[in-house]
Formats: sequence, structure tokens, C-alpha cells
Amino acid sequence: MNLKLKIWRQKNANDKGKMVDYPISDVSPDMSFLEMLDVLNNQLIEKGESPVAFDHDCREGICGMCSLYINGEAHGPDRGVTTCQLHMRKFKDGDTIYIEPFRAKAFPIIKDLVVDRGAFDRIQHAGGFVSVNTSGNTQDANSIPIPKADADLAFDAATCIGCGACVATCKNSSAMLYVSAKVSQFALLPQGQVEAKDRVLNMVKQMDAEGFGNCTNTGACEVECPKGISLDNIARMNREFSKAILDGREK
Amino acid sequence: MATLDSKIPAGPLADKWTNYKNNINLVNPANKRLIDVIVVGTGLAGGSAAATLAELGYNVKAFCFQDSPRRAHSIAAQGGINAAKNYQGDGDSTFRLFYDTVKGGDYRSREANVYRLAEVSANIIDQCVAQGVPFARDYGGLLDNRSFGGVLVSRTFYAKGQTGQQLLLGAYSAMNRQIGRGKIKMYNRHEMMDIVVVDGKARGIIARNLVTGEIERHSAHAVVLGTGGYGNVFFLSTNAMGSNVSAAWKAHKRGAYFANPCFTQIHPTCIPVSGELQAKLTLMSESLRNDGRIWVPKKLEDVEAIRAGKLKPTQIKEEDRDYYLERRYPAFGNLVPRDVASRAAKERCDAGYGVNATGEAVYLDFASAVTRYGKEAAHVRGLNENDNTLVQKLGKEIIANKYGNLFQMYEKIVDENPYETPMMIYPAVHYTMGGLWVDYNLMTTVPGLYAIGEANFSDHGANRLGASALMQGLADGYFVLPYTIGDYLASDIRTGAIPTNTPEFDAAEKEVTERLNFFVNNNGTHSVDYFHRRLGKIMWDKCGMARNTDGLKSAIAEIKALREEFWKDLKVPGSADEYNEELAKAGRVADFLELGELFAKDALERNESCGGHFREESQTAEGEAARDDANYTYVSAWEYTGLPSEANLHKEELVYENIELKTRSYK
Ligand SMILES: Cc1cc2nc3c(=O)[nH]c(=O)nc-3n(C[C@H](O)[C@H](O)[C@H](O)COP(=O)(O)OP(=O)(O)OC[C@H]3O[C@@H](n4cnc5c(N)ncnc54)[C@H](O)[C@@H]3O)c2cc1C
Ligand code: SF4
Ligand code: FES
Repeated sequence: MNLKLKIWRQKNANDKGKMVDYPISDVSPDMSFLEMLDVLNNQLIEKGESPVAFDHDCREGICGMCSLYINGEAHGPDRGVTTCQLHMRKFKDGDTIYIEPFRAKAFPIIKDLVVDRGAFDRIQHAGGFVSVNTSGNTQDANSIPIPKADADLAFDAATCIGCGACVATCKNSSAMLYVSAKVSQFALLPQGQVEAKDRVLNMVKQMDAEGFGNCTNTGACEVECPKGISLDNIARMNREFSKAILDGREK
Repeated sequence: MATLDSKIPAGPLADKWTNYKNNINLVNPANKRLIDVIVVGTGLAGGSAAATLAELGYNVKAFCFQDSPRRAHSIAAQGGINAAKNYQGDGDSTFRLFYDTVKGGDYRSREANVYRLAEVSANIIDQCVAQGVPFARDYGGLLDNRSFGGVLVSRTFYAKGQTGQQLLLGAYSAMNRQIGRGKIKMYNRHEMMDIVVVDGKARGIIARNLVTGEIERHSAHAVVLGTGGYGNVFFLSTNAMGSNVSAAWKAHKRGAYFANPCFTQIHPTCIPVSGELQAKLTLMSESLRNDGRIWVPKKLEDVEAIRAGKLKPTQIKEEDRDYYLERRYPAFGNLVPRDVASRAAKERCDAGYGVNATGEAVYLDFASAVTRYGKEAAHVRGLNENDNTLVQKLGKEIIANKYGNLFQMYEKIVDENPYETPMMIYPAVHYTMGGLWVDYNLMTTVPGLYAIGEANFSDHGANRLGASALMQGLADGYFVLPYTIGDYLASDIRTGAIPTNTPEFDAAEKEVTERLNFFVNNNGTHSVDYFHRRLGKIMWDKCGMARNTDGLKSAIAEIKALREEFWKDLKVPGSADEYNEELAKAGRVADFLELGELFAKDALERNESCGGHFREESQTAEGEAARDDANYTYVSAWEYTGLPSEANLHKEELVYENIELKTRSYK
């Protein structure tokens, strides 16, 4: 296949940035999208030009490092996959492909397609944990049975890979889906109950401080989320939040 | 020259760890505040260590090259984690886990370390559940288990096909709590460039900020490396793209011995290589061998018809299929250990029975499992067991429940539906048992420098059993290192902060800067990947699943020549003071080009077959690996002296007091 790539190039955080055209030929449909960019980069390097910077590591859809806004969609046209799992067979010979970074005020651009998602980590520092020390004499793992249904729902929420597609997709750049995934995981498990109220308040407070927008229930995040994190989690987080407020926990 | 002292505590095997803990020096809580520890790497090993050390009160600085600790390669582990809980009541015990691991490792690991690992394994599960890790559960709400290769009990805990993710997110959450309290200072997008040794002790690191290119000095009273394995020396592997040997290699150059570099695990069930431009390979979890049967056609004419697209695997009659693992290893069948399964696949493909265009693929078939589960489900629900459409439908639902995410991954990559047609799989590089030599305390031969997780060589001998790497990483980080490092640090309570304005830091920083400048100023013609691919090909062809004297000798010469070419003809765009991914890659491949040679040298020196190390000269009449216990019951620990070819070999003799050395048999 021969393709026309239009890629966002931006030298660093202060640069203005612009779209640049790169034609590419002989792309095999069995290649992954990132392998296609590898090929482009090797050509650029050998020509003495600067390669396109993009984030990636595991290349199997689990580390959450890859991003990219492809033809106006976070992680591209396929559903239920990350960019690194996207294959060129989803495109046709002669296509023009627009490749941009995940854009949001809380995700400043570092270079080209690489953005800083540190805000996500800082929200976790505020409360994304159970306060239990490592001692070697924790109680036996089977001493608290957990109903399978709850454990399965907690697991589903916990599969969020922290990629940021939900934020990039949302017209308000809201991080509700991401934050609610962690809040839900712990809200569904007995281990998470003790700190439940402080957790939700602290995480939401940090989320707001990072400059993420409000949730207006458009649901675009759920559609683009590569891990199928459900909107039910947002509803659950809202309930947790209200419970905490009613309890007078707000500081 | 240092002699290798493994520091194994005296006393009976089962009491060693308890006695050890009762007799070590402790650092009181107030003094811990005066002590700094650097942890490089935030995978399961580094992440769990950083969190635990901070909980204890040490000041921790942690480093990773990704943009968040949550993205370490551990996140990709699929199948599960072992623990001797005996929840299934199937006869498991600490001793049995210990025994299976030593036997699985083909009797090339240290008894005392492996026993300790088995002993703390149960604590890991308790700890993770307390952190809120959502392991799979049964309908009674209790934890569920599955089986992995090379064992006859069900001791593997799992979270669907995302066990590593859930465990790492657990360790990450423990770190986050400490980052929030200010006890861990986290340096994301930072790469460790060198270790700084002061008066014979590891006292800090030089790091590069990957965003700005800035070179930084960081000091501490001890340095811990949890920097993972070096499978990417083969270019194509199941490891993440950034996984590298550089941190361990820098440690090696500063005096840490490198143990058993040639012990590599080639995993039998990966998606086969499809094209010249492929960047990495994808694992299909070993857990699939619980239900999948591996086969190739019995007749060469069927193989040819399949390759020509004239015949589908589903059209081949039962009696024309060779379920070669079941045929050769009736006791363990499809669940033989990885090294055995990989070699058997290679044997069939070398004989011409490979089922794809490249001739390097075998089938992993779920059809019998679908039928078996489907009939069972129909029976339970009182439906017609002879209605094939119904049985197929029910069976597929059950398979989807167990392995859905793996089947989806396969379909996305290969564009074939594994519910309808068997998967095609082939062995690929997956894990490295070799690594930095450590003693019982997990300390390298450099005082104050520790290595944990896949970065060390300790527990898996010549072959790792499935679901044991996660166990080892978390055992090291949560339960072992936090004790052993205290014993060392107890003498540092009056040292005070380590200054960074010293000649040792100056010299290390200068070396780092010079090398970076060399790369960006070199006027070559080829990108880093060009050299890395070529290195990978040499490694795979000559140091892969089968090795021999001639091949290894030529590998040594070829790698040396490639290294020289690399230094002459490499081209790195951009500058050193900016975000520059190519520059980071250049440093990593430079180190792989040195390690690769030591790897081949080690493989040549070990003239026996054991575990994943198969020397063609050393096999039984049936083509099984033949160990040579009389001559090779030792750990090879290599000392750096300037060039890989001149590395000095030190041997740690392995003593088996509790297990009898036997020929490993899975027949
Ligand atoms: C696809 C796959 C599936 C697997 N499945 C299983 C399984 O089911 N069960 C099992 O037991 N094992 C499994 N394994 C093996 C297991 O995942 C790994 O051995 C284990 O996770 C390694 O953990 P670690 O903490 O030692 O290193 P890693 O998780 O590799 O972490 C390395 C860390 O070091 C950092 N680092 C490296 N170099 C530098 C540097 N120079 N400077 C700064 N930071 C650096 C990285 O940023 C990272 O944080 C699997 C492996 C793969 C590839
Ligand atoms: S909720 Fe989905 S889209 Fe958002 S960070 Fe998590 S995995 Fe990515
Ligand atoms: S590179 Fe890891 S999810 Fe895409």
C-alpha cells in the first residue's frame, strides 16, 4: 500500500508545531501501525532528518504507553485496541492518515506525538491505594471471601491501562472515566472500604487541580476506551462522592 | 581477586531464613531517616522494593525510563503467579514448590535461595489481596488456581490473562502511597547511565533525564537494580521495546560479576515471525496449554498442501495428526516445561513439518477442549449432548471466558479466528535466567549494589517454570531485600549524606557525557535498529534453541566485527540535550553488542546441555538434553576485565544437600 501521512511535528513544549506531510510506500497490511512508523523513522534517520517521536513500549496493548490520535480518533479506527495493536489492514491503498498527539490542557506536549501524562500519576498519589504495609504477617488471603460477581467487576475496572484516550476523546478533557476506574475497583472490594470516603474526595480534588474538565455525560470516553471501561464506573464514583459529602468528610 | 561467597546461612534448609532474620543487624527507625537508597527500575521487583523500603522509613529515590512506574515490562505478564498455598488440597507444600523449581531449572540453581522463595510465596498472595489485587475467584468467593507447565499441582493464582498488570498496579499503588507521603521521590523518564563506586562501595548513579537530556548525579548509601532481563539482545523477543541490559551491564563494568549469561528461556507458544520489518513478538500465555493441544500433520504431503493453501488444518483427520508432545511425554503431555516444548517444536519444524509459509509454526488447537467443555455444559443444563451446533456454541463460550483477551490479541495480529481454526505458534525469546550474580543477601560482588527480579541470576537455574518470575520479583522486593539490605546499612547510620561533588562522580559523569557526544557526532550511515536487527539474527541463528562449538565460535567473531562496525557507522540524529529516543537506543544497543559476545562465550564454555541451554554435542540418543553434572554443577560468574573476550570466569559450585541430582524426565 502507498499512503499519505500527515503528522504533527513539534520540537519541544515551547515550539508552536505544525502538520507535516510524509508519503510512505510499500506498507504491508500485516504490519502494525507502529511498525509502519518505525519504517518511516528509519528512512528519516538514514536521510539525516529527525525521526517522529512517539511513546510506546509493550506493543501489545497493556502498558498504556502508546497514544496517538489517528484520523480524529484516539487509538485509531479499530475498536477495543490500543494504537500498538492497530494493524495496517484497517487502511486502504492511497489513504491519507492524520496522526496527532493526545491533546488536553492537563497533558502538555513534550515533543511531536509525546505528551506528559504525569497528572494521572499525581491523582493516584492522592488516594489510589489501600493503606497496608508489607509485613509478611498479613491475614490469610482466603479469610475474606469476596463474591465472584464483585471480584469480577473490580477486575474489569482495574484493567484500565492509564493511556489517556478517554481524556483525549472527551470534548471537555474530563478524566472521570480514568479516575472512576480506580475508585470503583476499591469501592467494590472489602479491602477498600476503610478509606473509601477520603479516597474519592482526595482523588477528585487532585483531578480538578490538574485542570481536567467536567463530565457532561456524552459517553465518548467509553466508546474510545481500548479496555472497555464502563460508564457504570462513573456512576459508581458519583455515588461514592455523594456518600462522602453527606458524611461531612469534605475538607 | 574476590572469591565468590554465596553467604548461605548455616543450619537445616527449612530454618535458614528464619535463623538468618533472627541474627541480622537492624537499623532503628530514627536512623532509617538518615539513610538514602536508590532503586533503579519500578517493575514488580523494583516497585515492591521501593514501596517497602519507604514504608520502613528509608529515603528512597526510584527511577524508570517509562513515563510512569505503572508501565514497567512486568505489566505484560499474562498467565499467573505461583504460591505454595495448597488451597486446592492437591498435595502442594513449600518443599514441593522448592523441588519443582530446582528440578524445572535442571539443577543449576542454589538450594537455599529457592527454598526461601518457596517459603515466602504464600505471603505474596496475602499481601496482594490486602492491597486490593482482584485475583480470579470461584463461585464460593475463594481464590481460584490453574496449572502451569512442569508441575502436577494447581498452584497458580491469576487475574484472567492480565496477572502481571494487576500485580504491578498493586505495587504501583503501594509506591503511590509513599510518593504521596514524600518517602519516595520518583524520577520517571530517567535512564540510569552508570553506577558510581566510592571506596569500593556503590554510592550513587549518573542518570539522564530523557525529556531534557540533562545529566544528573544522585547519591545514596546503597543502590538496588530491578532493571529486568536482557532478552532483547535477540532483537525480536516478547519483551517490551525498551527492555535492556544497560543498567546491569554498567554494574558489570563497575565490578559486578555477570552470571550464566547464556541461560535464556525460549517460550514455546508465541505468534510466529511474519515479516522482515517486524519489531517484536507476542506471547500466547502458557496457560493456554491447559486446554490447547499442540500438533503438526503426520504426512509431509499434508504439510505442503497446507502451505499451498489447498488444505485447512480442520480438514486433517485425527489419525493424520501428530500430537508430538503427548506422544513423546505421556506423563506431562502438553504441559511439559518450556525448554522441552520449544525444542520439540523446533525438531518437528526442522524435519519439515512446519505449517506456515516460513516453515516455522505448529498448531495449538482448542477443538477438543471446545467439544469437551461444550458437552459438559450441555449435560449440566440438561440439554442434548449430541447436538453439535449447541455443543460448539457452549464450548466456545467457556473458552472465551478463560482466554478471551488472548484470543482477541491473536485475532488482531494474525487476522484469523482462533475459535474456528487452530492457532499457529512458534518458540520465541522470552526471559533471561542469567543476570547479575548475587549472594544470599541479593548483593552483587560490588558492596552496596543489589540486584533483584529478572536482573539477577538467582532462582531459576537453567530454565524457569511458568508463573515463577512474578513470584520471584515480588519475593525479592517485598520480603527478602528489605531484610538483607538493613544488615548492610546498619554500618552506615553515622555516614551522613553522600556528597556528589567528588572525583568519582566527576569521572563517571565525564565518561557518560563523552559517550553521548560521540554518538550524536558520529558521521555514520545506519540507524540503531539496523545494527540491532543484525545482532539479533546472529544471536538467534547461533545462540538460540540449539548451540554448537562452531556456531558459537563464529558468533563470537561476528558480534565483535558487528560491534566495530556499529561504532564506526552508526548514525544518531539530533543532539544530546533534548528528547532523543535514538540516542537512548544507541546506548542500549552498544551494551547489547558487548553482552552478546559474553553470552556466546559463556555458551561455548558450558559444554553440556541443561534447561534452555542445548548444546548439540551433548544429547541423549532420544535427542533430550544431557547434563554433565560431574563437570558443570556450577554457576558461571564472569568478571569484566576490559573486553568481553577477556572476561574472567569464576565458578560457584552448587551443592545439593536436600535434593538428589537426577536426570530430568517428563515422560
Ligand atoms: C509477555 C510476557 C508474559 C509474561 N508472563 C509471565 C507470567 O505469567 N508469570 C510470570 O511469573 N512471569 C511472566 N513473565 C516474566 C515476568 O513478567 C518478568 O520476568 C518480570 O515481570 C520482570 O520483572 P522485573 O521487576 O524484574 O523487571 P521489569 O518489569 O522488566 O522492570 C524493569 C524496570 O527497570 C527500569 N529500567 C531498566 N533499565 C533502566 C535504566 N537503564 N535506567 C532506568 N530504569 C531502567 C524500567 O523502566 C522498569 O521500570 C512474562 C514476561 C513476558 C515478556
Ligand atoms: S479509562 Fe480507558 S481510555 Fe481512560 S485511561 Fe483507562 S484504559 Fe485509557
Ligand atoms: S505500547 Fe503498550 S499499550 Fe501500546
